[in-house]
Amino acid sequence: MMFENNVDIDHPVHDLRTEAMKNFELKGFPTKKEEAWKYTSLNSLQKVDFSIFPKQENTLEYRDVKKYFIHEIDTYKIVFIDGIYSSNLSETTHDGVDICLMSSALTKPMYKPVIDVYFNKTASKDDSLTSLNTAFSREGAFIYIYKNKMPKKPVEIIHFATGNESTLMLQPRNLIVVEENAELQVIERHQSLTSNEVLTNSVTEIFAAKNAIVDYYKVQNNVGTASLIDNTYIDQKDKSVVKVHTFSFGGKLTRNNLNFYQNGEYIDSTMKGVTILGEKQHVDHHTLVHHIEPNCESHQDYKGIYGENSTGVFNGKIIVDKIAQKTNAFQQNNNILISDKATINTKPQLEIFADDVKCSHGCTIGQLDEEALFYLQSRGIPKKEARALLMYAFANNVLASVRIPELKTRINKLIAKKLGVNLGFDL
Amino acid sequence: MLKIMNLHAGVEGNEILNGINLEVKAGEVHAIMGPNGSGKSTLASVIAGKEEFEVTEGAIELDGEDLDDTSPEERAHKGIFLSFQYPVEIPGVSVTNFMKTAINESRKARGLDDMPANQMLKLIREKSELLEIDRKFLSRSLNEGFSGGEKKRNEIFQMAMLEPKLAILDETDSGLDIDALRIVANGVNKLKSKDNAVIVITHYQRLLEYIVPDFVHVLHDGKIVKSGGKELALELEEKGYDWIKQKITV
Repeated sequence: MMFENNVDIDHPVHDLRTEAMKNFELKGFPTKKEEAWKYTSLNSLQKVDFSIFPKQENTLEYRDVKKYFIHEIDTYKIVFIDGIYSSNLSETTHDGVDICLMSSALTKPMYKPVIDVYFNKTASKDDSLTSLNTAFSREGAFIYIYKNKMPKKPVEIIHFATGNESTLMLQPRNLIVVEENAELQVIERHQSLTSNEVLTNSVTEIFAAKNAIVDYYKVQNNVGTASLIDNTYIDQKDKSVVKVHTFSFGGKLTRNNLNFYQNGEYIDSTMKGVTILGEKQHVDHHTLVHHIEPNCESHQDYKGIYGENSTGVFNGKIIVDKIAQKTNAFQQNNNILISDKATINTKPQLEIFADDVKCSHGCTIGQLDEEALFYLQSRGIPKKEARALLMYAFANNVLASVRIPELKTRINKLIAKKLGVNLGFDL
Repeated sequence: MLKIMNLHAGVEGNEILNGINLEVKAGEVHAIMGPNGSGKSTLASVIAGKEEFEVTEGAIELDGEDLDDTSPEERAHKGIFLSFQYPVEIPGVSVTNFMKTAINESRKARGLDDMPANQMLKLIREKSELLEIDRKFLSRSLNEGFSGGEKKRNEIFQMAMLEPKLAILDETDSGLDIDALRIVANGVNKLKSKDNAVIVITHYQRLLEYIVPDFVHVLHDGKIVKSGGKELALELEEKGYDWIKQKITV
């Protein structure tokens, strides 16, 4: 893989980029020798000669890509095509809130104080892939919700890859700041429209101030030649509530590094996921919750259904610092293997230094319940549909907390499609 | 309607049913009683086609047609219904949606189009009234968090919706208080006709005071050891199953 030399030395974050480049040069791509990458190999991706900066600007018509949007409702849209902002597909705003572009936030003087305070502040300086993004990212979403504000509608961040470049590596960078008592809903999607190889190495930083509420939905249903490394870092202050839902239904290789840092008290952090895979798809969920202050909660609930030759990983790390007393940390990872060739590696990783905490974790790997299957069949529901109903029921409680009904319907339809059934009603 | 001939069945080489013979005609109510472990629930599951059980000898016929190699869903489409002793919870799927799916799958198997929405709603209303089921109940997830009584009432509601030819009620009375028992039995009695038949499987005589059987069979060690009229149930209640066991040893 080659990285073209295209560096603007006058850029306000030039120093950060230089440092990040040094870190990446030092560490390189992670290998299976590292514990955190034991089950996910990037070898095959590194053999591809990805182009980092597209040579031409590509366009798409809305009608051709409408189905990738939650078009049943009105949303703000920040859309990129091959990493470049698409103004005709987007709908941004500066009306009481800033829902716009990273490139403008990085260059306009009015945003400099924000960039100085937040940019690259919660993202890891140590992680090589995050550094790679810091060094090369040029574009992404910038969202700033001012105190006591709530945007009129959810925000969709969509990255399309068109395949006009033979192979493409995208490095989107999102910065989201939600001030005190403010609220935000985001739906993020990466969609390749080509059979050419696409690798996305995304970094998102989210800052939730006191009493802020953030719902973030990641829809991962990409084509079999698209891979995603998603690095999301969330910094929470007192009494903020942040929920991240990750729906992983496709893509060649997907790695989710989801990191929560609780820098305050009475914080609520929720991570939920539904993973339904087939073919040779691979999804690796690595979560981290760092309980830094007392009286906080975290909830993790990941359900996985693995078929054919698919592979899954769940690694949930919970750190409870010595002063973080009265922490409640819950973690649940349940999996169903519907093929003999599918595999799942699941591991809780608890590092608890406080003594007055409630921590529970549970991992299960099983098959579908035969008695339940018989029950449905005895009501006249064919085996295939009965299996699908049971799988749907298994994943259901993850969907219960989705707060955008149209998104929920969409996810239900994706699940039904993924399970290959039409159950005759919207689940 | 149902003809069971010399039925031997078991699981993994362990024979549980040792030669059952039973004929149920349209319009009849049969009760199958017996001590725990006598094979009552196995018989119900085998009739409904549970794949875990292997039929090693004999046959089950419905309207003259051998049911061997017929899947549970096909048996349901032919009109067999089994009310479960322990109904399964299906979170996220409402009672109404579940019934829609079940009814339309049966219709599809018979070459019919989906039932029109207004007809479906009417049917749901009628049948839920029959079983004194609250409308709110129907939008709850199937069996999730239902009390024992609600689960059983819901089983009979499903039976009412599917209008089976042959209904097998497996221990429907267990976990029911007297009021729920009366409602459930009343529902079953109203659904009875000269064209359908019911097999009531029970440990106790209690339910048979409400659903009065034409025939009572006593199952022991996988065999019907005694058959008689409804008075046999009373005799069993009085003398207990040891009476039957002793008679056999003698």
